[in-house]
Amino acid sequence: MSTPALPTRALPLLSLIVCVLLWHVASSRHMNLGLVTFQNVPQPLEVVHAAWDLFQSPKLQNHLGASLGRVASGFLVAAALGVGLGLAIGRFRWVRETLMPPLEVARPIPAVAWIPLSILMFPSSEGSMIFITFVGALFPILLNTIHGVHGVDPRLIASARSLGTRRWAIFARVILPAAAPSVLTGLSIGMGTCWFCLVTAEMISGQYGIGYYTWESYTVQNYANIIVGMLLIGFLGMGSSVLLHRAGQALMPWYRPGGRP
Amino acid sequence: MNAILSLSELAPEVSTGRLDIDRVSIELGSGADRFTALADVSVNIAPGEFVCLLGPSGCGKSTLLGALAGHLTPSRGQLRLDGAPIGGPDPERGLVFQHHTLFPWLSVRDNVAYGLRMRGVGRAERHAQAMTWLKEVGLEGFEHHYPGALSGGMQQRVEIARVLINQPRVLLMDEPFGALDALTRLKMQELLLALWTRRRMTVVFVTHDIDEALFMADRILVMSARPGRVIEEIVVPAGRPRTAEWLTGASFIEHKRHCLALLRDPAVTVPLARLSPINPAADAADPAA
Ligand SMILES: Nc1ncnc2c1ncn2[C@@H]1O[C@H](COP(=O)(O)OP(=O)(O)OP(=O)(O)O)[C@@H](O)[C@H]1O
Ligand SMILES: [Mg+2]
Repeated sequence: MSTPALPTRALPLLSLIVCVLLWHVASSRHMNLGLVTFQNVPQPLEVVHAAWDLFQSPKLQNHLGASLGRVASGFLVAAALGVGLGLAIGRFRWVRETLMPPLEVARPIPAVAWIPLSILMFPSSEGSMIFITFVGALFPILLNTIHGVHGVDPRLIASARSLGTRRWAIFARVILPAAAPSVLTGLSIGMGTCWFCLVTAEMISGQYGIGYYTWESYTVQNYANIIVGMLLIGFLGMGSSVLLHRAGQALMPWYRPGGRP
Repeated sequence: MNAILSLSELAPEVSTGRLDIDRVSIELGSGADRFTALADVSVNIAPGEFVCLLGPSGCGKSTLLGALAGHLTPSRGQLRLDGAPIGGPDPERGLVFQHHTLFPWLSVRDNVAYGLRMRGVGRAERHAQAMTWLKEVGLEGFEHHYPGALSGGMQQRVEIARVLINQPRVLLMDEPFGALDALTRLKMQELLLALWTRRRMTVVFVTHDIDEALFMADRILVMSARPGRVIEEIVVPAGRPRTAEWLTGASFIEHKRHCLALLRDPAVTVPLARLSPINPAADAADPAA
């Protein structure tokens, strides 16, 4: 009732400002809360300076390029394989019965647990890091695609066949578009886990990359850079989510989550 | 007989669309749950005839329609269209369900043009024909909408246009107006009869509404459940177009009473689960699986 009528755009901004302020207060006063201490946490201004330095330096391009390249390759392979397998598993029982047992065993293994084995298996560390991001993104994409295929109304398929759609064309014409909202959900979750896994992999075996940069800053005790790295990861992850969301809206103009079907 | 004669005076004679249902039995379910949904049904439907299947829930109306559409295979007997056995789904046998199956990702126009697209008709021609059909069903101006933005009655209009654009010899309809309000249903019934009068084709129309059957059909096949079979054939003794006189006359009431008595028979109405015979599992309907 008595909430002031804030313009809707102001609220998110305000929330961000408050977060930074709290951080500033906690770190500048070197607050010690017992369980957690801000004594070694760099202040916002130091972080801004460190960020400025990084943006001036040619290293930024190397770090960004390395990370983006790994995420892109891992994600694209996971998307292609996850959607393709998901369609086949969702539609054909024999594919499901053949492939699901090994996949069910592999699924609970966190991508991080794959790191040692992937280092052994891939001659280049680049290959192993891409593999880790791929593993992280694969399962959300795969499972959401299967879920989407199972949700396709069988009458839709019957109608399409009655209208002259051939058996294989059903995939492109009906199943894929009908499952698309679910596939998009899988892709966004996959994109999130992709970044998560990439940063972990880079901390362990990287030469370049945002994850490597963040971890290296810690080992050389350049604490402000840690936060620069973290924020970069946050913004990159957010950016790729927005990109996916936009792509989804452009490809599925008929689909409005929360609105009319 | 009478009815069919008076029809041919109104509408162009057609020679295709003859359906022969020849001692057809259909079993549904699998394993221990397998049962006979349709037992030894034989019906011949003349080209251009309007036949209603009337019966209580679960008597196998959708099953018979699904078989005519080619989505279910009879375990015994044969289905023929103009002498040729029915093998699988085909645009020459258009299918309309109670709830529309329009593709939500295609505009109304692209939904209607879908069948032409599958046949490889060029874009300009497709769009022109779709517009013609949208006009026929009274939906001019809605071509760029998505189906989700239309009302139930409008969705069924689009559905009918999408099926008729393929110029089917047979139109199969499974309670197509069952989910509509009374007024919309009446309008849709009139629209369908008008379309059918202009472009004569065979119609097999499933309903459990006796009034609807008596208003639309040349002939009513009354079915009963477990096992599903045809228990009576009623030739509707009314000319076309059907008038208010017929709908309020003594003969109509007489027929309605007779149908009610048939459907009320305890042997006819067995409470049954409401499932769809068109199987959700692709593997069953799909030999490629
Ligand atoms: N996939 C299925 N598996 C097993 N049984 C089914 C399946 N589909 C339908 N049945 C059963 O088969 C019988 C005939 O079903 P059908 O759908 O043809 O009836 P209907 O006359 O169309 O009924 P309604 O008026 O409710 O639509 C019913 O007893 C139904 O419960
Ligand atoms: Mg039915």
